[in-house]
Amino acid sequence: MKKILFSLVVLLSTLLASQFVAAAADLEVNTPAISAIKGSMQARHGQLAAHYASGAIGLTKDGMIAVRDANAVPLKDRGALNSAVAAENADRAKLYKEIAVANGHPEWQPEIQSTFAGRWIDKAQGGWYYQGAGGWVQK
Amino acid sequence: MKNWVLGLVGALLLPACVTINIYFPAAAAEKAADKIIDDVWQLKNGAEKPNVNAVEPAAK
Repeated sequence: MKKILFSLVVLLSTLLASQFVAAAADLEVNTPAISAIKGSMQARHGQLAAHYASGAIGLTKDGMIAVRDANAVPLKDRGALNSAVAAENADRAKLYKEIAVANGHPEWQPEIQSTFAGRWIDKAQGGWYYQGAGGWVQK
Repeated sequence: MKNWVLGLVGALLLPACVTINIYFPAAAAEKAADKIIDDVWQLKNGAEKPNVNAVEPAAK
């Protein structure tokens, strides 16, 4: 009888403990490294916003951005646009890596990347372009 | 007899503890992604969080 009671207590405390584990499962994203990357991306977005709207750049299905239509940009500005896109993608790769590392699971980086891919597209403004199953789609 | 029942219960509970740690927390990841995207794209203007200001001086 005592042993059954004991097993029940162990079972109940494990169930109770699992509530705290579930609550602690919020991802840590407030590290200085992540904040620095966010700041850099936020500053660059000031330049990129017009290019999203014009369709010059679009959101890829793997959480990055790409030049979709270089013709939407005057010739003299295309070099700067390509640099900005490359810098943004470098920041994004760093961001996904940093979040995984900050949470003690570097191996989560691909899943964090694909989670972001879906969220970027979901939150994109109307008129922006993103990669669907068969090519570029306008929101 | 009763000892191995206890051992069985323990053996069943142990994998449950490990399993909680190795699943990717998809819901928490989406929540974190949403927070970051809102900040980067300035989607929630006027709702500046105080801890953003707290971090910037430290970055200097």
